[in-house]
Amino acid sequence: MTPRQRLWLFAFGAAGLVACYLWAFAGLPGFGNYPGPYGPAILRQVIAQTNATAAVSAINFEYRGFDTVGEEFILFTAAAGMAVVLRRLRGERQGEQGEESPAEQAASRQVPATSSAVRVVSVLLVGPTAVIGWWLATHAQTNPSGGFQGGVILATAFFLVYLSGEFLVFRRLSPVVALDVAEAVGAGGFAAVGLTAVAMSLPYLYNYLPLGTIPGAISSSGTIALISFLVGIEVAAAFVLIIGELLDQTLLRGGGRERRQGGGQGRRQREESA
Amino acid sequence: MMQVFPFLVVAWIVLMGLYGMVTSRDLIHLIVCLIVVQSSTYVLLLGVGYVTGGVAPYFFDISPHVKAVDPVVQALTLTDVVVEAAVTALLLSFAVQAHKRFGTLDPHELAPFKG
Repeated sequence: MTPRQRLWLFAFGAAGLVACYLWAFAGLPGFGNYPGPYGPAILRQVIAQTNATAAVSAINFEYRGFDTVGEEFILFTAAAGMAVVLRRLRGERQGEQGEESPAEQAASRQVPATSSAVRVVSVLLVGPTAVIGWWLATHAQTNPSGGFQGGVILATAFFLVYLSGEFLVFRRLSPVVALDVAEAVGAGGFAAVGLTAVAMSLPYLYNYLPLGTIPGAISSSGTIALISFLVGIEVAAAFVLIIGELLDQTLLRGGGRERRQGGGQGRRQREESA
Repeated sequence: MMQVFPFLVVAWIVLMGLYGMVTSRDLIHLIVCLIVVQSSTYVLLLGVGYVTGGVAPYFFDISPHVKAVDPVVQALTLTDVVVEAAVTALLLSFAVQAHKRFGTLDPHELAPFKG
């Protein structure tokens, strides 16, 4: 199919899509006229029932907590899936003489050195970024925050280390084994909080911790704050793992998984070369 | 017009993303276009849940009786963002493998997949 034919086919399909969209929009209640009843019902009850002032976190980690378990395991599976897809395949990069693999070409490529402005700014930002990420992950019950947002920002602190030109420091700060453990503790901890409720003969993910007295306080909202923190750990570990996996592909020969199998030997080699 | 304007924006974002995907000559570009398509769902969800004059559903420093927008669709949007990040990560790793295997990121030059 030529590009022109593809475009015509697309125009045909897009016209049908637009027609269906307009038809569907005609049936919506109109912007600003949300009819409920689910959202308004939660808004009326949320503080009395959970002592969390952040309705969105309460929904994520309490009312729809079961969905969020699934959501967290989607991210968990994606990180695991990437490790599988990007593992070193048998025979890869061993074979043909004279022919360089993309990774080998990348190794010999001349890269401009990181400018000192970028280095200084990224090193300066590492601390504040980590603090903000931690704060977001631990204040889900109070503010527009939570484990997912906090975890991503916490992971950004690690990427700032990489951005400052210190790939090897980034790798030393985030060994794959530690990331795997952190990810498993975060994801498993969430599921375990739910199972603890079952063990106490309560419904799965029932909020069995004391709710505190002041709405929105750090000690309030029971399992919402705990689950959010666990999610934060899981998300941060998953993102560092995912980006680390991709950086390994471009910057080092061999994937992160392989070095891990090599154990101490690989690490020693890297330190010598550093 | 204001009644449907956000939803027209949704349709526009979807179409632009799809157009980019159809005409794409690079797998990374194609994945970014897919992100554009998915980001239309954020606009749709937040648009559906908006209540005229409503505030964000956070009551730490305001009365819980103030009119607020729907928090359920906002929670759904959060799920949406996480799933998008997961899907993007997996697709990018497939792009890395495709480049290793075929030496190109142009979808037109990729050999038809064999089982």
